[in-house]
Amino acid sequence: MAGGKEVRTQIASIKSTQKITSAMELVAASKMRKAQERMNRGRPYSNRIRQVVGHLASAASEFHHQFMTAREVKRVGYIIISTDRGLCGGLNVNMFKSALREMKEWDDNDVEIDLCLIGAKAASFFNNYGGNIVAAKTHIGDDFSASDLIGSVKVMLDSYDEGKIDKLYVMFNRFVNTMTQKPMSLQLLPLVPDEEEEYKRHWDYIYEPDDASLLEGLLARYIESLVYQGVVDNIACEQAARMIAMKSATDNAGDMIDDLQLVYNKARQASITQELSEIVSGAAAV
Amino acid sequence: MAMTIHCDIVSAEEKIFSGLVEMVVATGSFGDLGIAPGHAPLLTELKPGPVRMINNGEEEIFYASGGFLEVQPRLITILADTALRATDVSEAAALEAKKHAEQAMSEQKSEVDYARAASQLAEAVAQLRTLSEIRKKVGR
Repeated sequence: MAGGKEVRTQIASIKSTQKITSAMELVAASKMRKAQERMNRGRPYSNRIRQVVGHLASAASEFHHQFMTAREVKRVGYIIISTDRGLCGGLNVNMFKSALREMKEWDDNDVEIDLCLIGAKAASFFNNYGGNIVAAKTHIGDDFSASDLIGSVKVMLDSYDEGKIDKLYVMFNRFVNTMTQKPMSLQLLPLVPDEEEEYKRHWDYIYEPDDASLLEGLLARYIESLVYQGVVDNIACEQAARMIAMKSATDNAGDMIDDLQLVYNKARQASITQELSEIVSGAAAV
Repeated sequence: MAMTIHCDIVSAEEKIFSGLVEMVVATGSFGDLGIAPGHAPLLTELKPGPVRMINNGEEEIFYASGGFLEVQPRLITILADTALRATDVSEAAALEAKKHAEQAMSEQKSEVDYARAASQLAEAVAQLRTLSEIRKKVGR
C-alpha cells in the first residue's frame, strides 16, 4: 500500500491543527463581542470631545495654548497602535504599510519622524525596519485602563511641549465591521479646527474658571481619550481579524483533509485491486 | 412652544442623554449655572453634582462626577467623567462613602491620602445633593 501510512499521518496532523484553529476562532468570536461592546460604549465620548476640541481650535481665543498653534514642521511624532499577538491575518501588516507610506511622504520632505509604539507587533516590526523609537508599550492585554497608556503618551506630549516634534498623529485600525478594518491616521496635535462654516466667524468662549487651567485639563483629557479609543478600536479589530483568519484556516484545513482523504482512498483501492489480480493470476497458474 | 436646544450628556462609559431641552442646570466651577437657548458660547469645568434637564416643565436629573460643559449656539455638550441617571444613585452607598471619606480625612496619613479623601467626600456629598434634588421634585 504505497504511501497509505504517510497520508494517514498527514490527515491526522491536519485534523489536530484544524481543532486548534476552530477553537481559536470561537475564542476570538466571544472576545470580539466583548471588545466591540467596549468600543461602542467609548465612542460617543471620544467623538464628542473631538467635536468640542474642534470648536475650541476654531475659537479666536486670547490665550494660545501650545497645542493650538501650528508650527513649521521639522519633525513629526506618530503613535502607532498594533496588536500584541499575531495570527490575525493582514491586520498589522496593512497598517504598517500605510504607516510606511505616510512616513515616506514626510521623509521626502526632509521631515524627521519619532515613533511611539503600542503593542508588541509594532515594536518588533519597527525594531527590524528601523526608525527613531522614543517610547514603546507592549503587552497591555485585553483588559487595560487608560492609565496604562498615559506613560508612553506623555513622552510624546512632552516632546511636543519642548518643541522637539511639531505634529502628532495617532494610527490605529478602525473597526468598520467584522469583515472590514481600516487603518486610520488622526492628527492629534496641533488641534484640527472644525471645518463648519458656522465656526469660521470671529467668536470666543466664556471660560470658567480661567482659560489656561481649563484648557490644560480638557486637552489632556482629549489626548487620553483619543488614544484610549484607538487602542479599544484596535482590540476589537484584532479579535475580528483573528476570527476571520482562523475561520478561513479551519475551512482550508477541511479542504486539505478532503483532498488527502481522496488520495488515501485511491491508494487503498489500487492496492486492493493489485492484490486481487495477483491472487487471480496466481490461481490461474496453478 | 418654548425655545429648546439640543443637549447631549456623554460619559467615558456611555451616552447618557441626548435630546431637546428648555434649560440645563449644572454645577460649574463657579457654582450652579443655568443655560437656556441663546446662551453665549461657554466652556467650563464641572464639579461633582446634579445636572438638571428641564423640558416641558418636566425635570430629569442626572449626576455627573465632574467633567466639562460646552455651550454652542445650537448645542450643549456635557463631557462627564462618570454620569448616572439620578435614580441609579444609591443613597446608602453615598452615605457610606461620605462616612468613609470623612474618617480617612480625620486620620490623614499623607498629603495624597488627604486629597483623595477630600475628592471622595466631595463626590459623596454631591451625590447626596442630587438625591435631595430628586426628593424636592417629588415633593413639589
